Amino acid sequence: MGAVHLTTEQVDVAVVGGGPSGLAAATALCKADVGKVVVLEREAEPGGIPRHAKHQGFGLRDLRRALSGPRYAARWAEIATGAGADLRTETQATGWTDAGALELTSPRGRSLLEARAVVLATGCRERPRAARLVPGARPQGVLTTGALQQLVYLAREFPGRRAVVVGAEHVSFSALLTLSHGGARTVAMVTEHPRHQTLAAFRAGAAFHFRAPLFTRTMLTGIRGSQRVEEVELTHLDTGQVRRVACDLVVFTADWVPDHELAVLAGAVLDPGTRGPTVDAALRTTRPGLFAAGNLLHGAETADVAALSGRSVAESVIRYFEGEPWPTSRVPIECEAPLHWIAPNAIVALGPPSHPRFRLRAREILGSRQVEVSQDGRTLWRGRVKRLMPGRSARLPGGWTAAVDSDGGPVVVHVVV
Amino acid sequence: MHLVFDYDVAIVGAGNVGAAIARELARFELKVALIEAGRDVGAGTSKANTAILHTAYDAKSGTLEARLVARGYALLTAYANEVGIPLERTGALLVAWDDIELERLPAIAERAGQNGYDRVRSVGVDELYAKEPRLGPGARGALEIPDEHIVCPFTPVLAFATQAVLAGVDLRREERVTRVQRVEEGWRLETSLGALAARWVVNAAGLHSDEVNRLAGHDEFTVTPRRGELIVFDKLSRPLVDHVILPVPTETTKGVLVAPTVFGNIVLGPTAVDVERKDDTSSTAEGLAYLRAQGKRIVPQLLTHEVTAVYVGLRAATESPDYQLWIDAGEQYVCAGGIRSTGLTSAMAIGEYVRDGLDAAGLALRERPEGLPAVRMPSLGEAQLRPFADPARIKADSEYGRVVCFCERVTRGEIRDAARSPVPPVDLDGLRRRTRVLMGRCQGFFCGVEVSRLLAQESGQHVGELWERST
Repeated sequence: MGAVHLTTEQVDVAVVGGGPSGLAAATALCKADVGKVVVLEREAEPGGIPRHAKHQGFGLRDLRRALSGPRYAARWAEIATGAGADLRTETQATGWTDAGALELTSPRGRSLLEARAVVLATGCRERPRAARLVPGARPQGVLTTGALQQLVYLAREFPGRRAVVVGAEHVSFSALLTLSHGGARTVAMVTEHPRHQTLAAFRAGAAFHFRAPLFTRTMLTGIRGSQRVEEVELTHLDTGQVRRVACDLVVFTADWVPDHELAVLAGAVLDPGTRGPTVDAALRTTRPGLFAAGNLLHGAETADVAALSGRSVAESVIRYFEGEPWPTSRVPIECEAPLHWIAPNAIVALGPPSHPRFRLRAREILGSRQVEVSQDGRTLWRGRVKRLMPGRSARLPGGWTAAVDSDGGPVVVHVVV
Repeated sequence: MHLVFDYDVAIVGAGNVGAAIARELARFELKVALIEAGRDVGAGTSKANTAILHTAYDAKSGTLEARLVARGYALLTAYANEVGIPLERTGALLVAWDDIELERLPAIAERAGQNGYDRVRSVGVDELYAKEPRLGPGARGALEIPDEHIVCPFTPVLAFATQAVLAGVDLRREERVTRVQRVEEGWRLETSLGALAARWVVNAAGLHSDEVNRLAGHDEFTVTPRRGELIVFDKLSRPLVDHVILPVPTETTKGVLVAPTVFGNIVLGPTAVDVERKDDTSSTAEGLAYLRAQGKRIVPQLLTHEVTAVYVGLRAATESPDYQLWIDAGEQYVCAGGIRSTGLTSAMAIGEYVRDGLDAAGLALRERPEGLPAVRMPSLGEAQLRPFADPARIKADSEYGRVVCFCERVTRGEIRDAARSPVPPVDLDGLRRRTRVLMGRCQGFFCGVEVSRLLAQESGQHVGELWERST
């Protein structure tokens, strides 16, 4: 295999992933004139996940307007291309050479791409049924929101009439909209938590428009059906009561996992909480010259938040090109249960004197709690954090980062009991 | 009544065994039917196994199984090389985790010797951990079985069927045999699609081989489906082990193994539970929890990786420890049933065995002068050069540069080739076994619809239809 000589191209920045964060990063880099910026998008159409989320509400925080998913995706592609980014669709980065070049496959051939900086913006995906180890039969009619939306919006197929939706986060309500567009009734929405984790308005709208009953503190514990799904088994976590619900479709929503393969293959260290690469406030991974942005960093934020992360990583790449040294040591930030993850999740001694804001998620719905940040037993910050829950990020202020001892142990974030 | 025979031989069941017999008989000037009740070849008990190329080191000595697995090993290894079946020479380590297991190792080595396999070697604790540093703590010793390898579980049956079809065998899919009636000098078979007459009937019906055996007027055995659940871990776990890690078998089960796959994953399993129904491929909470507990002990880090898929296979277990394989010259009936997971390795040897049996029973076997047509199967293995990584291939045809299934790096060119192959897929599951599409970590989150669209386009179906038929 190694005997074949591949053409090698040299660019300044390679952005892997042409979704909101990658396109926003490329746009900002082009505007700053950093040189040649290439965006590698493996799909035939750029824009990422919003392409097949046909409802409204995209672009509020980054483009300052409300667009449908497909229009939002197309808009970002236009902006990036207009700014001068070389947007290459049907191009997949499949790995790295030992020398650090990206290996690419496209209809134009197999080639290598060397870049002074690489921004990974590969996004995330929903854990499918198998990854959640949901037992039972394996009939047709079990899918993720991603597959459902492609089926309904791209292929115009209506995969079922009676759906059970697993999850009650933003994306779960997006699935509800798609099911409604596809002509299916949602007969149950199931969450392990005591309440939903989306905006109250979404939930109220869903209850009103789709009459979807929400089963809280409930787990999907079995699927039955020979050819098609026939029913699911729902178990109440507190009472143990089992309920059977007839349906022909099961949609697994949320439970995001970053698409971290290229980061791992590059040798970047993963954060045990986010399962994305660990990054400092400048979105630098542990591998020099390798940055990460958007939903690769952690389970999904909305598209506009991902795009803002893309803008932010561009600033870091620019400073890197201006000679800012790559940090040689970092202090990890760890979360104690019931907190799930924090991002960014590393502190470096060098770097911008910025006061980053951290995103914090909990494994359970905790609401407003006293949170403490400490290092080696020394309190760095203590205060109240609102809306601690899964599926939506709480904000943790970052004024304490200057007090971190760069030779000390890990920084620990925990809920004060 | 004098019957006109449609076929010299009708083989019932197109799994590994039936397809291998069909391929073997395709060398001769015979009219052969390969009749499959399912939608595809290899879609029954053949499709979910641990994909180990067995040396027969642990087979029950003196059985037909021991002999045919050993012979099949040699045949399949050579054939894999000839037609491009993914195979990786990993070797296996059989690990003892306590004193009782440690004491049993010499007997296992001795049995291997009785089976004609003399390369089993004792491995001390230090050497074991040097070879597999990520094994869990507490291993007491091991046996090395250097020739126990991993092979693609899907390509062998497809290669057999492809070669058979190209040589003129009549592959009849989605046709269930409902009646098997003895007539003068042969058999009349009624099926879900009509009737046919054949001089010989070969029962290779896997899980249903006892039923076909009864249809043919016999009652020697009963198949009790034995469920085996398997957990497939993400490719990023692949560096954790280099060998097949085997447990010390007990009286009742071969136990849970950890093995790399030729697709670059790690597989953990199987469970072994007798079930009542032959279509009960449900996974269970208890089974998955048991596997995870075993995995945690064998390679603790494995559990930190994402799970890509859960497969459930049903093995065709019978009351007998050996294959139900015999040739009845008087009745012109061959039974090749009750064959469990070793059938993947032994299938070609079973083909030879049946061929010799038919020859001895007086069926005229005249070799076709042209021999079997050469076939080359798609490069699905991680150890092979796959189209997406092959610059010459993409240059010749840019469709091999269009990756559709991103997780498994399957290209449009490969989907097209599969759809136009001599034994084309009729559903997404069939396309998966031929190309690896939808086998990866996203399980269709990104590409499910595009893959369906491409197959629909090639096979003249609607996306919705395919979606309905997918499993």
